[in-house]
Amino acid sequence: MTLDPATLAAILAMMAATVFTRLIGALLVSRFTLSPRLERALTAVPPAVLMAVVTPTAIATGPAETIACLVAALAALRLPLLPAAGAGVVTVALLRAAGL
Amino acid sequence: MTSRHFRRELLDGLRAILPLVLAALPIGFVFGTVAAGNGLSPLETVLMSALVFAGGSQFVAMDLWTHPASWSALGFAALLVNLRHILMGASLARSLGLFRRWQTVPALLVMADENWALAEARARRQPLSPAFYLGLALPFYCGWVLASLGGSLFGALLGDVAVYGLDFAFPAVFIVLLMGFWKGADTGRVLAASAVAALTVHSLVPGAWYIAAGALAGLVAALLSPVRQEVAA
Repeated sequence: MTLDPATLAAILAMMAATVFTRLIGALLVSRFTLSPRLERALTAVPPAVLMAVVTPTAIATGPAETIACLVAALAALRLPLLPAAGAGVVTVALLRAAGL
Repeated sequence: MTSRHFRRELLDGLRAILPLVLAALPIGFVFGTVAAGNGLSPLETVLMSALVFAGGSQFVAMDLWTHPASWSALGFAALLVNLRHILMGASLARSLGLFRRWQTVPALLVMADENWALAEARARRQPLSPAFYLGLALPFYCGWVLASLGGSLFGALLGDVAVYGLDFAFPAVFIVLLMGFWKGADTGRVLAASAVAALTVHSLVPGAWYIAAGALAGLVAALLSPVRQEVAA
């Protein structure tokens, strides 16, 4: 069990960065009164983050991933979270096994 | 809050996060494996997962790793990769009304894409309780730390997780959650802006910048979207 000083410093620097990003948004929101427009815009953040996370997988990875993303999205219209996401995972595994 | 109510909320949270914990285990394991390959000891790997607790920036750090480690480069990279947390925290803060003052800071410190997304989805339907959030965050945090330790110790034994489609579990869950946020044309504009920005940045800039770019583009699109319908383009 070794702990290199430079590695520890890097870990602490990364921790400082993530503590800052995790706290500062909530702090700013609690300190300042938001305009209705900004308040409304903030509700767009969750879908925007999720969309940004999945877009490269959905569009720029391969046909198996693109098809599986569509399957998961369509399944989500009818099924709860777990089976809908499971349908996507099974689809991607089958398509990859088929060589797509 | 009664103890029965607390337990029910806690169990709701556990049930919601469980599939994501299972999906995160192989990813944490891969992180531990990569870290071991970069010369990090099991102690260093666990410290990073426990103190940083941000998969994206931890993988980016492994990409940028040098000997000896550069704290400034790695700290700056972590800051950039996690810029999305600022918007996520600002959004989540508005749902923390049931949290006591001392509970909000630890809640935000263990905010990760997965438990944040589930918390936001819950808050759309009912008030977000600290017990539900604890049920989300605690297993996810422990799972991530333990899986990185596992990877650090036994990483060489793991095959390619892509074979089983497990790497696809996160995009799949995010897509299902995303469908729940749909509220008509306004959402469409936000999603289109986010997708275009994310795809553009993803193809031009290595690393996880594309997430912050998409989040920001979506926010701007929402800010610019007309409040009065007659102004609509």
